[in-house]
Amino acid sequence: MSSPEQWTHPEPREGPAATAAAPTSEQVIAGLRATSEGGPELVQLLTPEGERVENPEFDRYVADVTADDLRSLYRDMVLVRRADREGNALQRQGQLGIWVPLLGQEAAQVGAGRALRDTDMVFPSYREHGVAWCRGISPKDILGIFRGTDHGSWDSTAKRFHPYTIVIGNQVLNAAGYAMGQRFEGKVGDADGEATMVFFGDGATSQGDVHEGFVWAAVYDAPLVFFCQNNQWAISEPTERQSRLPLYQRARGYGFPGVRVDGNDVLASLAVSRWALDECRHGNGPVLIEAFTYRMDAHTTTDDPTRYRHSDELEAWKLKDPIERVRVNLVRHGHADQDFFDSVQAEADELAADLRDFCFSMPQPPTSQIFDHVYAEASPVLDAQRDAFLAYHADFAGGEH
Amino acid sequence: MAAPVINKSTPASSVQSLTLGKALNLGLRTAMEADPKVIVMGEDVGKLGGVFRITDGLQKDFGEHRVLDTPLAESGIIGTAVGLAVRGFRPVCEIQFDGFIFPGFDQIVSQVAKLHMRTQGRVKVPLVIRVPFGGGIGAVEHHSESPESYFAHTAGLKVVACSNAVDAYWMIQQAIQCDDPVLFFEPKRYYHSGFMKAEIDTEATPEPLFASRVVRQGSTATLVAYGPSVKVALDAATAAEEDGHSLEVIDLRALSPLDLAPVFESVRRTGRLVVVSEAPSEASLTSEIAARVQQECFYSLEAPVLRVTGFDTPYPPAKLEEEFLPDLDRVLDAVDRSLAW
Ligand SMILES: Cc1ncc(C[n+]2csc(CCOP(=O)(O)OP(=O)(O)O)c2C)c(N)n1
Ligand SMILES: [Mg+2]
Repeated sequence: MSSPEQWTHPEPREGPAATAAAPTSEQVIAGLRATSEGGPELVQLLTPEGERVENPEFDRYVADVTADDLRSLYRDMVLVRRADREGNALQRQGQLGIWVPLLGQEAAQVGAGRALRDTDMVFPSYREHGVAWCRGISPKDILGIFRGTDHGSWDSTAKRFHPYTIVIGNQVLNAAGYAMGQRFEGKVGDADGEATMVFFGDGATSQGDVHEGFVWAAVYDAPLVFFCQNNQWAISEPTERQSRLPLYQRARGYGFPGVRVDGNDVLASLAVSRWALDECRHGNGPVLIEAFTYRMDAHTTTDDPTRYRHSDELEAWKLKDPIERVRVNLVRHGHADQDFFDSVQAEADELAADLRDFCFSMPQPPTSQIFDHVYAEASPVLDAQRDAFLAYHADFAGGEH
Repeated sequence: MAAPVINKSTPASSVQSLTLGKALNLGLRTAMEADPKVIVMGEDVGKLGGVFRITDGLQKDFGEHRVLDTPLAESGIIGTAVGLAVRGFRPVCEIQFDGFIFPGFDQIVSQVAKLHMRTQGRVKVPLVIRVPFGGGIGAVEHHSESPESYFAHTAGLKVVACSNAVDAYWMIQQAIQCDDPVLFFEPKRYYHSGFMKAEIDTEATPEPLFASRVVRQGSTATLVAYGPSVKVALDAATAAEEDGHSLEVIDLRALSPLDLAPVFESVRRTGRLVVVSEAPSEASLTSEIAARVQQECFYSLEAPVLRVTGFDTPYPPAKLEEEFLPDLDRVLDAVDRSLAW
């Protein structure tokens, strides 16, 4: 009666709800993960073994991708992973207060990031170091968040990459509003149209803000791509705690299309993102993408995943590594030799060393920074508070007390 | 399904030495053992035992129907807790960090706070919302805030803050037994501090929940604090002793309703009051205390009521939190200013 794919209520008239509506937790998990091996719903262009598989619907979105481009996607993923590992190491050595690793999500992020144009806007969550990289933001500009010196030092307007948002789901509504603005200003309607992409996790889909973001974007036909990285976990809670339905299928309920893509396949992520952005540019947005991937590391450096998940799950996902499949493909087709891989590795090591040096030399921010930019216009009350405290502080630093 | 076996936590002796976090854990466990209607709900509170491990082991011992790993939505956690309370449960909600209570703010202000009054007292909302609060843990944005004044400002809510392990153990149980909704603030930076370990006699009789307490007697000036600031005030009092100043320290414990009688009594003796809190000062609990003290103790005051608080800014990046947070020196500076008045 209930196949792994059918664990929620069946459609009306399709069978007795009473039995189907009470799935075992195994059925729920099986259903949510059914396509992780590459079922019909999952858009995959590169198998974990590095084989290019045809996809009549999405092939054309990457038809122009040359061997050069594929090498460059590979390079981005290697560099992004290296910077991520360095962030992790810097935290372990006490240089950062915390690090939020993206390990395993490189393909989802680089595929999406490389599909974006300069004129598009991005609203990240807090794990999108790979998308940031594609927007031309140096990992150095992210370090301050985790070292505790600032909230991110990139120019979010110039880079069209909004500040990281930590409150789960908040940015989805902000992105919907931005995309509404793009539409109100007549910037959508043809191939040169603008679009917005917003990133959030599987856990975030439970937040009211995300639901409202879906509603707003839908009724205003906003050119917004909802890019949900389903990395299977929201800290200790599996996706099964958030949904009985594969997440991409939620889009239908709001009246726009949803697609599940292999989030460990950079080519597929690029193709599906290009398609989705293209729909938005032409005024056919919004679109939901569920990038099916895996959080290979802890939630953050303060988390201990051994308390809630089995290591065999991790081992299984290792076989679907996003970088390895591109490497195998490049080798198989003779599109890259050892020199290429060595040079990317050398570049990655250099990036890490540079990041490291930078981190060690980051100055202690001035005390006055506490009071900076709280308001756009002067606040005499706060100014007085600042002056009093800075005077006390200077006095204190100078005196014996 | 067989009823889960509950590991009786009762130790051989009724006295245990526990950290603040472990005391909360034991308090929750005791409340759950005493009343099957008490349930715990929140993000990651089950298998993980919460990101701070305050609910560690509870799901294992009481089952998934009494310790719920909820979907990730604070409005959902609090809104469904209201429904569960209407149905006769006594939910204890965990909000993962202070800065994440705001998606649930609407439910708290519109439903949690008002339901009893809207039903002419027919419907009680005996729920507890636990909030790890305050700074000092070197965290990223939204993880170090002190939002208690929003809730003290809202009629219909009771608000308390514990400052030590013994209180943590008793206050959480009393909050669960309270028929009003209670916002329960916990000083997260001391959850696992060894120096906060205390001997807890589980057979002692606790003081009432909504009562402040003089935690150090003195005669030169009065310090009032709550939550994590109590330790700062006590440290300041110890340091002041060397300068010959005898500071009285009062731990408010109850933030709404405030129990200010001991404060008035103290200020009438000392003539000087410094209020310490990590929260920004503007339109806050510390303003409320200052206003009431000047009203009640006007003729006893030798100096204006002074406040040592966080600044009226968003909580700064972690590298600046030491400057933002009230510390011993800022408290002593305020005492000096009060004495020099
Ligand atoms: C409103 C809010 N509640 C709780 C948290 C604490 N928190 C941080 S990350 C997280 C899990 C997020 O999971 P998911 O959306 O799947 O994203 P992922 O971290 O897996 O990328 C939680 C509960 C938060 N940041 N914001
Ligand atoms: Mg996730």
